[in-house]
Amino acid sequence: MIGRTPTLLAAWLLLVGLAAQSTANAAGDAKHPQAVDWSFGGPFGTYDRSALRRGFQVYKEVCASCHGLNQIAFRNLAQPGGPEFSEAEVKAIAAEYEVTDGPDDYGDMFERPALPKDRLIEPYPNQKAARAANGGSYPPDLSLITKARSGGPDYIHALLTGYEDAPEGVEMRAGLYYNPYMPGGKIAMPAPLLEDLVEYGDGTSATVEQMSLDVTHFLNWTAEPELEARKKTGTMVLIYLTIFAGLLYFSMRRIWADQH
Amino acid sequence: MTDEQQPVSDEPTRRDFLYLATGAFAAIGAANVVWPLIDQMNPDASVKALASIEIDLSAIDIGQSITVSWRGKPVFIRRRTQDEIAEARSVAFAALPDPQGDETRVTKEEWLVMVGICTHLGCVPLGQSGDFNGWFCPCHGSHYDTSGRIRKGPAPKNLEIPPYEFVGDTRIKIG
Amino acid sequence: MSGESTYKPSNGFARWMDTRLPIMRLVHDNITDYPTPKNINYWWTFGGILTFCLVTQIVTGIILAMHYTPHVDHAFNSVEHIMRNVNYGWLIRYIHSNGASMFFLAVYIHIFRGMYYGSYKAPREVLWILGVIIYLLMIAAAFLGYMLPWGQMSLWGATVITNLFGAIPVVGDSLAIWLWGGFSVDNPTLNRFFSLHYLLPFLIFGVVILHIWALHVPGNNNPIGISVKSKQDTVPFHPYITVKDAFSLSIFLILFSYFIFFAPNVLGHADNYIPANPLVTPAHIVPEWYMLPFYAILRAVPDKLGGVILMFSAIFILFLLPWLDTSKVRSARYRPLFRQFFALFIIDCLLLGYLGAMPAEGIYVVLARVGTVYYFAHFLIILPMLGIVEKPKEVPASISASVLGGSAQAAE
Repeated sequence: MIGRTPTLLAAWLLLVGLAAQSTANAAGDAKHPQAVDWSFGGPFGTYDRSALRRGFQVYKEVCASCHGLNQIAFRNLAQPGGPEFSEAEVKAIAAEYEVTDGPDDYGDMFERPALPKDRLIEPYPNQKAARAANGGSYPPDLSLITKARSGGPDYIHALLTGYEDAPEGVEMRAGLYYNPYMPGGKIAMPAPLLEDLVEYGDGTSATVEQMSLDVTHFLNWTAEPELEARKKTGTMVLIYLTIFAGLLYFSMRRIWADQH
Repeated sequence: MTDEQQPVSDEPTRRDFLYLATGAFAAIGAANVVWPLIDQMNPDASVKALASIEIDLSAIDIGQSITVSWRGKPVFIRRRTQDEIAEARSVAFAALPDPQGDETRVTKEEWLVMVGICTHLGCVPLGQSGDFNGWFCPCHGSHYDTSGRIRKGPAPKNLEIPPYEFVGDTRIKIG
Repeated sequence: MSGESTYKPSNGFARWMDTRLPIMRLVHDNITDYPTPKNINYWWTFGGILTFCLVTQIVTGIILAMHYTPHVDHAFNSVEHIMRNVNYGWLIRYIHSNGASMFFLAVYIHIFRGMYYGSYKAPREVLWILGVIIYLLMIAAAFLGYMLPWGQMSLWGATVITNLFGAIPVVGDSLAIWLWGGFSVDNPTLNRFFSLHYLLPFLIFGVVILHIWALHVPGNNNPIGISVKSKQDTVPFHPYITVKDAFSLSIFLILFSYFIFFAPNVLGHADNYIPANPLVTPAHIVPEWYMLPFYAILRAVPDKLGGVILMFSAIFILFLLPWLDTSKVRSARYRPLFRQFFALFIIDCLLLGYLGAMPAEGIYVVLARVGTVYYFAHFLIILPMLGIVEKPKEVPASISASVLGGSAQAAE
């Protein structure tokens, strides 16, 4: 019966594969995003620190005017597995913003410079304000965006760089823009990135492609800050389990030896 | 089972080693699984981020106290009068169940900063009361003096001094 | 458990304890020395794997409940808090969410194993029925749990499923309102679903004990389906079966770990990382993969009540299986025709699962209808007929005889 193990395993994996396949949702009529070779992909993937820092800059200078990042606190920017700014840098970044705190001893709310423990500042006080300022469309919070869209980071990058003129016959209402990667093809966000929109501190040239790659890299980190720890732990666990399974297999052979 | 005890040449040692290795491996695995299950109850990253606070002292007059919350605990900050300081410094060590000089309990003699939790069973003592003009814990009757040291009652230790530093003339950072 | 207890207290304390609370005897008779057919194969190790899954879900679930907040304003963020701030929170949550999928994977293998080897036939009907009850409770627990992260799929999945109850004539609407505690899925619903999600695993645990009890009275079935005749046919559960279960579990854990660490969201749906919004429905509402076949059956029927009835019937028909299968032979090994229909049945289930993930339109609906009809035909027509028309192959005299006789082909 031991000889049949591989067949059984193959049968299982097939079953799982089929199950996973059938859940993979057909994305409808949208254009399929091209796969990007991200440094955080694959079983040993890690984030590229400089890409994360550049990505944060793009977020801060471009996206943040409409999109929030409400799961992220300034302190997260210093944690291992992220952009890994120093504590002092994070303090300085936080201090650029004002937050409302209080009430103070007189019962009044007051403004103070943000501290590392504070969350990033939201562009709008609430969803209604966000809609009102954007012609009725709500710019979604980006904390989890790469997990919340099928296609993940590939989709975000394709979307950011995929704006085109609407093909003939496609009627565009004012305030909507054509993007073949968006399900339905129409998106309320105008193409956000323009050549040299930001000036990178490390001398990287700020092409649309580069900025899109960087900010997507950063947004994948905001969605999965545990990614590096997860993959590292996973590798150790798999090595452990393989050896353990081997030991159990030989123990089993020994124990069953007198039964054959 | 019983067959396993067959005394066959060197077989048993090799077999024992295999079982031992398997068992040891299982134990290592179990230990590594248990740790995350325990550690998850320790303070999380967002709690640790709140571990220090800064307080402005400029509004506190001599003889006044404020209570602030630090890590979910009350912290008493008192601007002591000269009388209180003198009283705290004149006590003989022999009279103290937990001997500690007042000088070691303050950074600036005027400012007494301490965790407002009775070292007996965790109640919050009342200020400026008790037999020693300091603090008095109503739960079980512990009396603290003007330096927050235990003088009478069941509490074993002086009120705890949190880690703090002056970040300006009238600003302290606790934690 | 068939036969007398073989437990002999080894010391004075054990003897003292044995006359007061014979717990060591219970362990000895049901775990250590429980006689197990020596020819059971790897498909039989899923009972142990399922026990592991249940315990894992309970342990990780209790931990998650320490950090989770069952309130519509906080649920989504508290899950993210677990993922980002709690020490090892991401690990514990990914174990729990992928653990549900692994649990269902294992239970499906376990169920199909029982179907293939006729494990539901006399004298194991009660054992089978208890198993179906566990499966039903698992579905309920999984559905309730899926609501807790309060993402878009949580909200809309719960909305769709609770609306099914609205199909019931006369009381349907009041029943749905009663389930919600309001006029739509909202905070009261989330609160009660959390409470029930916490309760169900313990009910499952109780029924599992009954399930094991009902197993240990007649003893295990085995691949050839012949009852145990003598001690030669069995091995003691420990160490023979424990080590085999442990080995199988370690392989299962490799697959499990792959999902946890390298593809934690593959089995889930992206929309559930969007906070629940009662004003916008996602484009495709899809249940988790393990519910897809039933979802396909639901949508195959153009009538609301009819769809609901058929979907529930697809599960409840399993209760009748011991009596729908009229063949006297247990194992499919000796039932050449049944084997082919069994393969068709599995293909049908996979097809239905695929169709459940596809949009309900065009060819997909037609295929879903064919698949649904075949699903019921398998139980209601094919199985009863097979017992009459099929000519089984010759069954060996005993387990020992089959092991000896089959050793040539088993390559040992």
